Amino acid sequence: MRRSTERARLPALLLLLALTVTAPPAAHAATRELAQAFVTEPYLELHTGPGRGFPVSQVVGRGESVDVVLLRTSWFLVRTERGYEGWASEADMAHATLADGSPFKFNHGDRDGFRDHRWEGGIMTGAYGGATLVEGFAARSLTEHLKLELDAGQFLGNLSNGYVVDLGLSHVFAPQWRFSPFVTVGMGYERSEPKATLVQPVVQDLQSAYEGIGGRYYLARRFYLRGEYRHHTVFTHTDSNEVKQEWKLGFAFFY
Amino acid sequence: METGIRVLLLAALATLCSGCASLHHLWPFHHKAKDAAAVARSATDAAAADTAEQQASPPTVIEPEVERRKIKVPKIRSSNFELGGYFGELSVEDFGANPVKGVRVTYHVTEDFFLQGDYGISRAGKTSYETLAGNVQLLSNDERRYTYYNLSLGYNFLPGESFLGRNRTFTSGFYLLGGVGSTKFAGDQKFTVNFGAGYQVLPTRWLAIHIEAQDMVFRSDLLGVDRLKNNMGAHVGASVFF
Repeated sequence: MRRSTERARLPALLLLLALTVTAPPAAHAATRELAQAFVTEPYLELHTGPGRGFPVSQVVGRGESVDVVLLRTSWFLVRTERGYEGWASEADMAHATLADGSPFKFNHGDRDGFRDHRWEGGIMTGAYGGATLVEGFAARSLTEHLKLELDAGQFLGNLSNGYVVDLGLSHVFAPQWRFSPFVTVGMGYERSEPKATLVQPVVQDLQSAYEGIGGRYYLARRFYLRGEYRHHTVFTHTDSNEVKQEWKLGFAFFY
Repeated sequence: METGIRVLLLAALATLCSGCASLHHLWPFHHKAKDAAAVARSATDAAAADTAEQQASPPTVIEPEVERRKIKVPKIRSSNFELGGYFGELSVEDFGANPVKGVRVTYHVTEDFFLQGDYGISRAGKTSYETLAGNVQLLSNDERRYTYYNLSLGYNFLPGESFLGRNRTFTSGFYLLGGVGSTKFAGDQKFTVNFGAGYQVLPTRWLAIHIEAQDMVFRSDLLGVDRLKNNMGAHVGASVFF
């Protein structure tokens, strides 16, 4: 009985979600002030969708203006003077100008952004103490070289599962290079949950410290690859500390 | 007497003529020509004086006192994130198929690639052995709860349009998914690899409807043999771009 109620509730919630969000974007778009760009090329092509495969359905002539409604990946949704909406590519919009004649610019991320940005984050996977690791991280740039970094992940092994949270500082060498190595140091927290099949499983909450080395490789736009090795010292309740090796590789992006 | 009157008249005439100099401009001919010449001469003198001044000091450029209009460009709104939910059916290997529901968030990195995280909940049913044996229970009620999360990389391919009738056109396309995550089931948590494919339609520029099939694979020895378990799911969902 309870399950059937739940079954009926979810589609209703999805429908409610769809109905709830119907009105706000349209109303918001009507009142929002939009950036205006002027076409300087012979014409600006407008596609039916935000992708290179979508057909061109309209062109805007030189000297005419378009209002920029929003940006999705590398495509601008623009509205013409006649009220028609279509998608213009970033490459085409790069030739447009503002009302004062200055070029229309938008920061999509580039090598300069890779060198100097405020925030970055990503997801990584690898191994932690012999267990498989799935992890997300976020970092705040203090300078071009120095970053304050928070990692949170889950490790899944044959003997135990658990969670790990690390907070530390990373120093990036030569952030202007496409491949820029870094070193990192910090402290962490680990919750280890031994498998229930073992005798008397005890959940352990432990503190740790780590040092590591890694590299970042810029791919495109706001994207880069990141690989890293960390050497963890886990402070156990016994006489000797435990050492865990961590390897991980993943995608990251910056803002 | 006559001589006295003559002297008086001459004296009066001489007095009047002394004011003629101040009235010379009233004379229609001779004095005007004389004035034009004087003006020309004075203009020539002034021009000569200006030339002398210009030669003495460098030329000055007159700057128009007009402030250039500063264009403040309104911020362009990005719409690369998607948040939504889904509902469908999940087949847990050996434990039958049951409803699944979940939420997901997507970040579109380029027009081709996106990152997606999703979290789902389902329940496992009974194995064939449990059904046939009657009272046998391999798992408790709590252990039949099946939850998972996936972090996936997606690739849009075959983007295009779908037509509904003569007048309605929707953006649509297929996509591929693959990633890693975790599954919590039968009192254990397993590292899970997922892969799948889906089809999406965008009725508006901010709403997407998805139909997706996904396989989540993990290694388990729950039924005595350690092997890979494939858990196929199919679901329908809606998500909102923001």
